[in-house]
Amino acid sequence: MPRALWTHLAKELRIEWRSLDAIVSMLFFSGLVVVLFSIAFDPGGAFSQQIAGGVLCVATMFASVSALNQAWAREIRHQVLDAQRMVPAPGAELFLAKVLANFLFVTIVQVLLAPVFIVFYNLHIAGQGWLLALVLPLGTWALVGNGVFFAALSIRSRNRELLLSLILFPIFIPALLAMVQATTAILTGESDPTLWIKLLLGYDIIFTTVSLLLFDVVFHAE
Amino acid sequence: MNAPASEAASSTACARLDQVSKLFGAFAALRQVSVEFEPGRCYVLLGENGAGKSTLLRILAGLLRPSFGTVRVFGTAKTGGVEPHDARERIGYMSHAPMLYDELTAQENLRYFASLYAGRACLEPADALRQVGLDPELTRTLGQYSQGMRQRTSLARVLLSVPELLLLDEPFSNMDVESARQMVELLAGFRQGNRTIVLTTHQRELAAPIADWVLTLHAGRVASLEPGRPTL
Repeated sequence: MPRALWTHLAKELRIEWRSLDAIVSMLFFSGLVVVLFSIAFDPGGAFSQQIAGGVLCVATMFASVSALNQAWAREIRHQVLDAQRMVPAPGAELFLAKVLANFLFVTIVQVLLAPVFIVFYNLHIAGQGWLLALVLPLGTWALVGNGVFFAALSIRSRNRELLLSLILFPIFIPALLAMVQATTAILTGESDPTLWIKLLLGYDIIFTTVSLLLFDVVFHAE
Repeated sequence: MNAPASEAASSTACARLDQVSKLFGAFAALRQVSVEFEPGRCYVLLGENGAGKSTLLRILAGLLRPSFGTVRVFGTAKTGGVEPHDARERIGYMSHAPMLYDELTAQENLRYFASLYAGRACLEPADALRQVGLDPELTRTLGQYSQGMRQRTSLARVLLSVPELLLLDEPFSNMDVESARQMVELLAGFRQGNRTIVLTTHQRELAAPIADWVLTLHAGRVASLEPGRPTL
């Protein structure tokens, strides 16, 4: 791992450990979504198996956006971003560190949310449950990778929080579709999720590569 | 009025702006500014709010690109001079904001930034903090510091990489007179190492002891460039 990447990542983790801003807000928000959906729909029987994948993905998505909106907040405050732009380390490593850190935060929220989710939706996994350990990280990476990139892109905008949602959600649709379909296929066991997993993997590779290549341009823009 | 720019002086200039203008939409923050900064000198930039001082510093730091004109640091195009962005590890820039993380201690902040200067001999974070008169053992996070202490920590961050060109935007703001005097003495020592300082201030008298040149901007133009009377 390049030294600067590790340095950035350690800083991100240390700051989150002290503030718990991202994890607490995500946990609260996603917990609320899960509970509200369980009240809005009857969480019993086969129907819950059908909608559970979608609820999980949407809860993750909306919760992540609350954290992603804050991904660069500390850099904007006190003009730390200028100090970052003055150091000779590549901006792409700062980007990757933020993606890794936010990926970890969202994963922690998902792990904490899982038991609540299983209880509220009375879930019995009919398919290959272990594939969820592939689908959820791939979907989360797609969301977080794009989210951190577009949050950086909208950093200088006055309506940056609105702008992030407006840009991120349409671009995330293919990954969201693949994530929901794969999760539903695993939970119901009615279809094969392999194609959707491959789509997620391809999406992640393409968007992460493009983001890494373009990040320095975004980072050093006036 | 522009600073004199002889061919011989240009080749050794620490930084040189040639007919630089900077537009923000229809507003011209800088208008055809040509000025040279010699090594080992301290330049004090004066001017009212909106005169273009901060814009000039940000252009020298490589954080802004000029709309027109050219900027070279550490020589001319013929003598290995480069655009500021390509020499950013040799330039230190301190804004009026601290440019540090509130959630980290001063030493954690400095250690973090020092480790991003790979291949450059940096000061020890504790030494940099002592230089600016702060106790490196303080365990409070920066968010709990006073404005003056943040300002000093910010200066320590800039000094970390031992830059050859030091750009300071309002370094004395939020500082008491004694702290400002200590900072001036520190900067005098820094300048004696043949390093160039360009600083903006509204408190001319505080910077006077190290001012080799006083550059006054008015409405984005160089209004005057006068020799100072440095005593340090």
